[in-house]
Amino acid sequence: MTKAVSTQAELVERSLKKRYRAEKRFKIAGIISISVGIAALFALFIEIFGNGIGGFSQTKIKLDIVLDSEELEIYDVNNEEEVSNGYYEGVIRLALRKKFPEVKSRGDRRKLYSMISDGASYRLRDLVMADTSLIGQTKTFWFLADDDFDTYFKTLLDGDPYTARVDEKQRAWVDQLIEEGNIEKGFNTAFFTSGDSSEPELAGILGAVIGSLLTLAITLALSFPIGVAAAIYLNEYAPKNRLTELIEVNIRNLAAVPSIIFGLLGLAIFINLFGMPRSVPTVGGLVLTLMTLPTIIMSSRAALEAVPPSIREAALGLGASKMQTILHHVLPLALPGMLTGAIIGMAQALGETAPLLMIGMVAFIVDVPSWFTDSATVLPVQIFLWSDSPERAFVEKTSAAIMVLLLFLIFMNTMAVLLRKKLERRW
Amino acid sequence: MIKMAEDVKDEQKMQSAEPSAAENDSAGPQDMSAKIQGTVGRPFVDDAKIKMRGVNVFYGEKQAVFAVDLDIKENEVISMIGPSGCGKSTFLRCINRMNDTIDICRVEGSIQLDGMDIYESKLDVVPLRARVGMVFQKPNPFPKSIYDNVAYGPKIHGLVSRKSDLDEVVESSLRRAGLWDEVKDRLDSPGTGLSGGQQQRLCIARTIAVSPEVILMDEPCSALDPIATAKIEELIAELSENFTIAIVTHSMQQAARVSHRTAYFHLGNLVEVNETDKVFTNPDHDLTEAYITGRFG
Ligand SMILES: Nc1ncnc2c1ncn2[C@@H]1O[C@H](COP(=O)(O)OP(=O)(O)O)[C@@H](O)[C@H]1O
Ligand SMILES: [Mg+2]
Repeated sequence: MTKAVSTQAELVERSLKKRYRAEKRFKIAGIISISVGIAALFALFIEIFGNGIGGFSQTKIKLDIVLDSEELEIYDVNNEEEVSNGYYEGVIRLALRKKFPEVKSRGDRRKLYSMISDGASYRLRDLVMADTSLIGQTKTFWFLADDDFDTYFKTLLDGDPYTARVDEKQRAWVDQLIEEGNIEKGFNTAFFTSGDSSEPELAGILGAVIGSLLTLAITLALSFPIGVAAAIYLNEYAPKNRLTELIEVNIRNLAAVPSIIFGLLGLAIFINLFGMPRSVPTVGGLVLTLMTLPTIIMSSRAALEAVPPSIREAALGLGASKMQTILHHVLPLALPGMLTGAIIGMAQALGETAPLLMIGMVAFIVDVPSWFTDSATVLPVQIFLWSDSPERAFVEKTSAAIMVLLLFLIFMNTMAVLLRKKLERRW
Repeated sequence: MIKMAEDVKDEQKMQSAEPSAAENDSAGPQDMSAKIQGTVGRPFVDDAKIKMRGVNVFYGEKQAVFAVDLDIKENEVISMIGPSGCGKSTFLRCINRMNDTIDICRVEGSIQLDGMDIYESKLDVVPLRARVGMVFQKPNPFPKSIYDNVAYGPKIHGLVSRKSDLDEVVESSLRRAGLWDEVKDRLDSPGTGLSGGQQQRLCIARTIAVSPEVILMDEPCSALDPIATAKIEELIAELSENFTIAIVTHSMQQAARVSHRTAYFHLGNLVEVNETDKVFTNPDHDLTEAYITGRFG
């Protein structure tokens, strides 16, 4: 008997060692995979951050502009058309020529003029139109540098100048400007205050952000009420039969349909059949509604199911009608969960590109949209467009826009987490 | 004891297979030879508040309550006892049609409240449940303030129109539930923050705020400690002056303490109904005796 026991103990001992080893391997495998995941995430962040941080700054050049009415060809300051048509480019060029008097040949001059962004003359015009008393005065302005100079100057500051797009002479001019303290790197407000542009230094994300907000507003306004109503009907009212089962299975399946399919559907229905315009937030919102509805319905149902049945019984037992039970007791308890689902759905919609390409929200749109029926693009599509642009300066813009998009997503997901916490604390 | 439980299971199987056998021939082997033939004792009274005849309840194909006849008198406390799973809750929930909320549940037979058939197809359950209130096994206050918990019923039924009247109803209901002194200073704090016993009394206050005629209680003390239980039992005695009370309980002592009559259920059959004293001292049926002497439970 004792012998048998001891051998049994020995056997267990031996198998235990094996088990411990297996367990250890299992743990190590888990740790490795998590580390790889985190490392990948960090690499992504570092890459995007490293590239994108430059997008938030912009090179500016200081010029003393003589707003001479002769040069501007403005003789009557009260004639709005004349003021608007003034030759602002001319005074900027004059200022540049004055700064670099040694530049004489036509070709060199053109190169010199190209240092200042094309947007400068528009800015000058806007300023003068707002205050015509400026005409006749000499004023100092900081103008945006053209993107090639911007890239060169910023890389120069970082110690690794990118010289492919600037020649010897141009570099000398930059050096002179640096010496005089007439060139500097500042915060890139244009990035946040303007729409897309073919000139990188003028391109901003405001148009895309507003487009995204308009599109999301439509999506939220449609998908949340419809999704919640569908969830309430399916969960509380629908009879449990084959048909409702079929509907349920299909909703689940729809959630897994690739989003581009919804884009095709939107193209076929909203644009081709109903004749709605392309590239507008309304249609984008409709398409994204189709895409997010399954997610919202499913999370809303989960939230409804999580409401303890005892609460329903309590209300029904008191003589509350079904609708009163739902409106007074079930919905308030399920709402945080439903909102969480909606926010996650919105975050999904915010990051969605493919279905919007299908309905033409990929167009190059300079104006910032102001209404649901204005042509617009959205953040992820803007990122896609910029990443496709050849100008080097768009590389940092792309990453900067990704950072803004990520910021929005992180904000939304944090909201979702906070709401869920609140839900958990409830009971 | 284990063997006994198996026997009970066998018996149940037999019955669910052929429900017709239930009334006359569901004899189990050995000790359990007693037959369930209708109901012995005094299931009927002269001026019944609630009159139930031939009540059968099914969950899908499975029958849970078999041809129960029972009267409940005005202002009486009737307790329902029996082994777990014997259909007490199911039967109780027929009286305010709470079984309607379970899709697969089907009720047959007639139940009359003051002569009105409550299972009539056109009958609206909302006024019925205002007349027949219910207190559940697990205290289930709404996750709202104490005040709102009590005020909810009167509000939805339009029993009061002015805020001051509502305040009065809330106060008197809480007083009658013996909770007023404990909560009067924190009517705005959540009902879910009270102790278990207080929560259950809050649920009772919530129920009586609607001024029902009948209160159904399904094991109202099963989740409470002995002191909280004693308080509720006291409360039941007081409430019986104004309400008709049907209480399901798993505690025989409780049944003995609070009720006038006691009904003993066994495997979905109403075996015996008698004065509570009689049931616990000298039951008419062998099964009842077996249960109260602890031979199964
Ligand atoms: N919702 C339900 N669905 C299906 N069967 C049920 C349901 N509720 C109770 N039952 C069955 O009905 C029988 C009686 O249950 P119940 O009335 O809860 O018994 P008790 O309250 O006496 O313990 C049990 O066999 C139980 O399994
Ligand atoms: Mg029960």
